[in-house]
Parts: sequence; structure tokens; C-alpha cells
Amino acid sequence: MSENEKDKKTTIIPIGPYHPLQEEPEFFELHVEGEKVIKLDITLGYNHRGIEKMAESMHYDQVAFLVERVCGICSASHPFAYVNAVEDLADIVIPDRAKYIRSIIGELERLHSHLLWLGLAGHFLGYNTVWMWAWKYREPVLDICERITGNRNHYAMFKIGGVRKDILNADIAGIWKMCDELIKPLEMFRGAVMDDPVIHARTKGVGILTKQEAIDWCLLGPTVRASGVAIDVRRDDPYAAYNMVDWKVIVTENGDVFDKAMVRILEMLESVKIIKGCLEGLKKTKEGEIDAKVKSIPAGEGIGRHEAPRGEVFHYVRGDGTNRPARHKIRAPSYMNVPSNQISAIGGTISDAAIVLAAVDPCYCCTERCAVIDTRTKKKILSGEDLVRLSQQRTKDIISGVWKPK
Amino acid sequence: MTISEVVKEKLGNRAIKIFEKNALRYYIDVAPDTIVETVRILFRDMGCRFAIASGIDTPAGFEILYHFSDDKTGKIFTLRTLIADKDNPEIDSITPVICNAEWIEREMFEMLGIKFRNHPNLKRLLLSDNWPRDKYPLRQGSSL
Repeated sequence: MSENEKDKKTTIIPIGPYHPLQEEPEFFELHVEGEKVIKLDITLGYNHRGIEKMAESMHYDQVAFLVERVCGICSASHPFAYVNAVEDLADIVIPDRAKYIRSIIGELERLHSHLLWLGLAGHFLGYNTVWMWAWKYREPVLDICERITGNRNHYAMFKIGGVRKDILNADIAGIWKMCDELIKPLEMFRGAVMDDPVIHARTKGVGILTKQEAIDWCLLGPTVRASGVAIDVRRDDPYAAYNMVDWKVIVTENGDVFDKAMVRILEMLESVKIIKGCLEGLKKTKEGEIDAKVKSIPAGEGIGRHEAPRGEVFHYVRGDGTNRPARHKIRAPSYMNVPSNQISAIGGTISDAAIVLAAVDPCYCCTERCAVIDTRTKKKILSGEDLVRLSQQRTKDIISGVWKPK
Repeated sequence: MTISEVVKEKLGNRAIKIFEKNALRYYIDVAPDTIVETVRILFRDMGCRFAIASGIDTPAGFEILYHFSDDKTGKIFTLRTLIADKDNPEIDSITPVICNAEWIEREMFEMLGIKFRNHPNLKRLLLSDNWPRDKYPLRQGSSL
């Protein structure tokens, strides 16, 4: 068959430029022969915001808030890696209490992010029960975040030299109880995914990444840990309180979508364990000792990493002795993980492609803004002030115990 | 033998400088023409994971830092090189050795205007098609 005839037999199926399920801007071009995917082209950049460039025009403290907005779901991972980088640059040692609080926020984020993925994975398979249940149990995690930080997502907790807000010892018992209540639904998910014939049929042996492929493509996070590569920055290059509490790295061997789901579910149980260990640790440290009081940042360079829910976040900061970074490089884990779809999706069918492309838990740039407008009068129903007022009221309700999840 | 010692032995005097910034951060300075060979030593022979590369516009030229992570020890090896020719910056691509370096080299190509020789697919990654060809956002003096 000549090249020309081959081309005639290939059909292009576009997914994007706005992903119908993930509601994010990317463009996957699936080249298929019949049902089989033979080639994949990925186009991105629809929403490039130039954050690295913006970081060069802000001072060090402002950058922590800026990088929080790289992603709406990993909103703690980027400032976490950034403060690690600046502390590496300036040789800053932070107080133990701040280390514990940082790890608590990092793990709460992993919990809600993995639950979000689990729900979406169900949705992608057309199994909306999983979606609704996973998102239902994500809410209590967000309530814990709100109780500790005042916010569901953008926490603004990280600062160079420590954290901005303390967790009072009197609040620990309440947070502990909220964490305890998470274990039952997480165990339920573990049982449900392991036993469910529909999930097995749709995910076992689908989109396999072998161990060697995972290493060759320099992949990260649950994507490689499901292929038998035991890497985790929290253990390999310890920071914050991860070497002060007891937990283990979850690794499975098969590299298919099912194993990626299992890694994430088992990791959530480890996260609860880490949070509890950190809460124990908080009791041993003194309230209020959360800041190393950094005065200035010298010239030099620093590298900071954090194991985000999707894998290692990498920040490189170069300072020239002024109050702003001369260069700030940000590498989110999806930047390495998304190209691997070129191997995992090829050879599979179109019907599997949706879940395979989602199995790395891709995150493009997902901070969307919302405005509620009355179409008849063209007026905004909720203004920015209204939203702030509503959100502050809810935080107060959660803290006083009036708020009950529906 | 540590990774620094292996690199020193294999490159000999072509390694300009190898130093330890602290217990977990190491730097290896090489000339641009030695980059592919050094990348091959770190990635293929020593089993380091390629984390990312950062391109920087400095007064002396374009600096590229290739960050490699040794996950067994938690160390980061940063391979550093300087392209002195600011008018026509060119360097060999490492994508033939590490396939997943494709995107970051495309990004440095569009953001800093560095040309990567032997890159299999050197086109824009993030910038839109109607962005001017001669304007590079991450170069010094370029405004948003």
C-alpha cells in the first residue's frame, strides 16, 4: 500500500480545542484507522499566561501568591515548591511547627485532588455514580481546608520562612475528628474500585505504560508509581515534615489505568496518616512559632521541589540580590506526563482514549473565572464583594459548627 | 564512584567546572558542544531523571541549565552551559537522547530564540501563530 492510500484510510478525530469533559483548553488530534488509534498529536498553549515572566516583575513575597494561581487544584503545590526553592537559595531553616503545617496543607490538597480525579475518571467512563460519590466525599476535605486556612482552594498559607497562619492547639481535636471521618469513605472507594466489574472491564490492561517507558519518558507521580518506579520527592529529597512522620510510598506494577487509580486511592489513605502524624507533631511544638522572619534574599540560585498530587513540581529561582527574582522557572508535572499519552493511547481504541488521556490526571491551566449575569437585564447578580461576603460567612459557619455538609 | 566522579573521569578537561553547592545540589559546567555527550552520561549511564531545562538571558549570553534528578540519593545535578553568541544562539538538541525534552526545547526556542540543531520537531509550543517572529518574551528588555 502506498503512503497516499494509507492516508486515505486514516481518519482524524479531534478532541478539543476545549476538552468536552475536562473543560480545559487543549487539543488532542487522534489519527485512527477504524477503531484503532495510530497516532496522536497534542497542541497546547491556548491559555498561556506568561507567569514566569510576571514573576520577574514581582517581589519575592508576591510571587508566592502569583504561583498559587498557576493551577486551581494544585494551589498549594506551586507555592510549596517555590518557598522550598527560595529557602534553598538563601539557606533558610524554618521552624518545626511551620514544617508540620506545610505538610498538612500539602496532603489535604492531595486528598481533594485525587478525589476530584477519581470522580472525573468515573465520569469519563460514563459511570456517573463514581463521579457523584467521589465529589460528595471531596466536600468534607475542602471543609477541613476552609477550617484551617479560611479558603477552599487558594490557601495563601505559604511564605518564605514559614507559614502565614497557625493551627491552634485547641483546634487539633476537631480537625482530627474530621480526618477520622474521611477514612470510612476512602476504604469504601478502595473496596468499590477493587470489586467493581465495570471499572475492571474498562481500565484493566488499558493504556499500559511499562516500567522502561516510564523511565525513558522521565514521567512523574502516580503515573510512574503505577508502573513500578518507586520515586517520590517527599521521600527522596525530604522537605517540610515528610521525614518526621511515618508513611510509605505506594507502588504498583501493571502500569494500566486501573493501577493508576489504585495508587491514587491508596495514597489518600497515606495522606490521612501523614496529616494525623503532623497533628501529633503540632502538639509538641509551641503555638505561634511559625515564621523564621526572613529579611532579605541574597544573590544566588535555588531549586525547590514538591510532590504534588500529579507528581514532582519543580521550581528554579535565581536571585541577583534585589527584592525580585531574576529568573523563575516553573515546571508542573503534567508538562512531563502529558506527552506520554503518545505511547499509552496508541494501539488502543477510540473508546479507551478518553480515559487513557485522562489517566495521567492532566492539568493544563485550570483557573477559570465565573460571573453570574441576568440575561434579561444584563446585570451581574453576584458581585466580587458578594462572593467574598458569602465565602467568609461560610468559613465562620464551618468553624462554629453550624455548617453541615448536605 | 559518585556521579560527579564519573562525569569528571569521562569528560576529563572538557568539564569546565564541577562543584557542590550544598549536600543535595551539584553543578557541572560544560561547553555547548559537549552537552549531548554529558547528557548521555547522566541520563543513559548514570540513570538520572531529566527534570527540566531552564533557559536564561544573561549579559554574557544565553545560559541553559539542564536539571537532572538522581532519585536514589535525592541529589539534583544541574548541567550548565553558556551560548556566548547572542545574535545567533544555537546548540545541539538533547531530544534525540531524551525524547521528553522535546517540549522544553520548543519552549526555549520560542521564548528565547535559541535554535536547537537536530531537533525533530522545532516549532512553537505555547505562543500563538500570530505572535511576531522576531519577538522573544523571555529575553531581557522584552515587556509583557
